[in-house]
Amino acid sequence: MTPSISVQDITKVYDLGEIQVRALRGVSVGIAKGEFVAVIGPSGSGKSTFMHILGCLDRPTDGSYVLDGHDVSTLSKNALAEVRNRKIGFVFQGFNLLARTSALDNVELPLLYNGDGIRGKERHRLAQEALEAVGLGDRMGHYPNQLSGGQQQRVAIARALINKPAILLADEPTGNLDSRTSVEVMDIFQRLNTERGITVLLITHEQDIAEYGTRIIVFRDGKIVDDKPNAVRRMAADELAALPAEEEGNDETDPPASPPGGPSTFDKIDLDNDRSPVSSRK
Amino acid sequence: MSLLMIFRVALKALGRNKMRTALTMLGMIIGVAAVITMVALGNGAQQQIEEQVRAGGTNLIMVRAGNWSRGGVSSGMGSSPRLKDTDVDALREQVPGAQYLSASVSTRDQVVAGGENWFTRIEGVDIEFPLIRHWELAEGTFFTTQDVNSAAKVAVIGSIVRDNLFGEGVDALGQQIRIRNQSFRIVGVMAVKGSGTFGEDQDDTILAPYTTVQRKLRGRDGTNISGITISAGSSDRIAETTEQIETVLRAEHELIPGQENDFMVRTQDDMMSMMTSTTQTMTMFTLAIAIVSLIVGGIGIMNIMLVSVTERTREIGLRMAVGAKGQDVLWQFLVEAIALSLVGGLVGVGLGFGIAEGLTQFLAWPTSVPPDAVAISVSFAAAIGILFGFYPAWKGAQLDPIESLRFE
Repeated sequence: MTPSISVQDITKVYDLGEIQVRALRGVSVGIAKGEFVAVIGPSGSGKSTFMHILGCLDRPTDGSYVLDGHDVSTLSKNALAEVRNRKIGFVFQGFNLLARTSALDNVELPLLYNGDGIRGKERHRLAQEALEAVGLGDRMGHYPNQLSGGQQQRVAIARALINKPAILLADEPTGNLDSRTSVEVMDIFQRLNTERGITVLLITHEQDIAEYGTRIIVFRDGKIVDDKPNAVRRMAADELAALPAEEEGNDETDPPASPPGGPSTFDKIDLDNDRSPVSSRK
Repeated sequence: MSLLMIFRVALKALGRNKMRTALTMLGMIIGVAAVITMVALGNGAQQQIEEQVRAGGTNLIMVRAGNWSRGGVSSGMGSSPRLKDTDVDALREQVPGAQYLSASVSTRDQVVAGGENWFTRIEGVDIEFPLIRHWELAEGTFFTTQDVNSAAKVAVIGSIVRDNLFGEGVDALGQQIRIRNQSFRIVGVMAVKGSGTFGEDQDDTILAPYTTVQRKLRGRDGTNISGITISAGSSDRIAETTEQIETVLRAEHELIPGQENDFMVRTQDDMMSMMTSTTQTMTMFTLAIAIVSLIVGGIGIMNIMLVSVTERTREIGLRMAVGAKGQDVLWQFLVEAIALSLVGGLVGVGLGFGIAEGLTQFLAWPTSVPPDAVAISVSFAAAIGILFGFYPAWKGAQLDPIESLRFE
C-alpha cells in the first residue's frame, strides 16, 4: 500500500523564553492509504502537537513529513494553507461551524479557498453531495443552532470531505456528543474509511473511541510508546443496530425549536457552537 | 478568492449583525451627509451671488477712473478727471473685443414732477447700456445716439421713480420731470429688475444720456466720466479684451512704462470672487468640521472591526484550517470595513441630498450639490474604510490558526 503519511524523526520544541517545552521528542510513523488510525494518549502527551503537524497547521522543529508524496515539513505558511485546503479535512471537537450560516454554506467554505474558482452552482452541487453523504440531505438550509450536536458534527464532516482530502483528521470528534450520537459519528467515519478508502486519523483520549480504529498509536511524553493493530475492533454499524430504536428520534430528528428566519435575538459569538442543544457528555 | 466572492462573504458577515452594522454605518452616514449638506449650502450661496452678479449683465469689464487727490485731499475712486469722452471713442475704435460699450457718469439729486418729489440716482449712460445690462424697457423707447450727441434733456426712469412721482401704473411717457430746475422729458420706463448685486434697488434710478449728465447736471468740466462698462462678446475673450483696454487707455493717457495706471479695470469675475470669498471661508470652516465627523465615523469602524476580529477569532482559525491564507483573512475584514464605510457613504450622500432639499423647501436656503462633491465624499468614505479597516484586518491575518481554534 502507498504511504499516505510518512513521518521521520520529527521533534517540536516550543520556546517559551526561559524554558523550552519539548512537545515531540522524535516521532517516526508511517500511515498507509486507507488506514483508520486512532491516536490516543493523556493530555500533554504530545498527540495534539502531532496532529497539528500532520494537519499542516504547524511545522516540526526538526525531522521530515511527507504527505501524499510531498515533503511538507519546510513549506511556507501560504503553501501550508494550500496543502490544508486540498489534502486535509478537519473535524473538531467543537464542530466550529459558522453561526447564522446555513449548513450548505458551511460545507462550501473550503471551496472558497481552493483557488479553482468553482462556480456557485457547482459549489452548491458538491456541498449538497457531501451533506447527503453524511445523511443530512434534508437539512441543508438549516442554521447550526437549528441542528443537534450530532447533526452539527455531521455538517463539519461534510465540510471536511468537500475538497476530497487525502486524510481526514478528527480531533476528539465525539468529545461534545452523547454516547449514542458518538456511535453514529463513528459509524460515518468507518463508512467513509471502508467505502471510500479515505485515510482517517482519529485523535482521542478515550480508549473505547480509539477502538473503532484499525490501528492504535499510543503517545506518552512526546513519544510513541505503543503502535499496533487493533485486535478487537468496534463496529459502529453493529452497535447502532443493537441499540433500541425508540431512542432514535430523541436527539437526531428534533432540532431545538427556533423560529425559522430569525434564529436568535441575542448576540452569540459567531463560532461558539460548543453550547450545543444536546448536552455534552464525557 | 475572487473579489466578488470576498464581497459576498463580507456582506453576509455584516448581515449577521444587522444592528451593529447599522450603528457603525451611522457614523459614516452622518459624516458624509454633513459634508454634502455643507457643500450644498456653500455652493448654493455662491451660485446665488453669481446669479445676482450675472443678472447685471454678462462678460462685463468695468473701467473706473482712478483716485483724484488735490492738495492732499483724496476724492476717492472714480473722481479722477482723467477718464474722458475721448477714451470711450478710443476704446470703441481700438478694442475689437468690446461688443458693447457705455460710458457712465452719475449723480444723485432731487427730482420733481408736479406736486411730488423724490431723491434718487441719475445715471448718465450710453445707448448700449440696456444691452450690456440685459435690461428691457417696459414702455417707450431708450434715448438715441442723437440724444447723446446733443446732450438732450430726455430721461428713461425706473419703475420705483415712476411709482413715487406719478403713482403706480400711471403712464409717465411724455411727462416732464425737473432736475436742478431743468426740465427733462420722459421717453421710456424700464422693466422691473429688482435688487442688484449689493442689495441696492436697481429700479430706483433715472437714466439719461451721459453727455447730458456731464454738461447739464454735474456742471464741472464737461468731459469727465467716472467709468466705462464694456461687454466682451464671450467669456473666453474677457482676459484678452481686458488687456487691450488697458493698453489703449495707457496710450491715451500717455503713461510711460513703470507708471501706475490712473484708472482701474475690473472684470465681473474679479467682483464675483471678491463677493464669494466670505462664503467660501465659511464653507471651508463647516466642511472642516464635517470632515472631522467623518474621521470620527472612521474610528467607529476601526473600533467595531477590532471587536469583530477578536470575537471571530475562532472563525478566522477555522477559515485558516480549511485553507484561508493570511491575505484571504486580511481581504475579508478589509472589504467588510470598506463595505461599511462605502454603503454608509452612499446612504449619507442620499441623506445629504435630502437635507439640502429640505433646507431649500422649508427654509428657502439656496442649496446645490456639485457632482464632484458626491464623487469626492464617496471616495473619501471608501478611503476611510481602507485606512481604519486595515489595522484590524491585518491583526486578523496575523493570527495563528492553532491558537485561534482554541480561543474561547
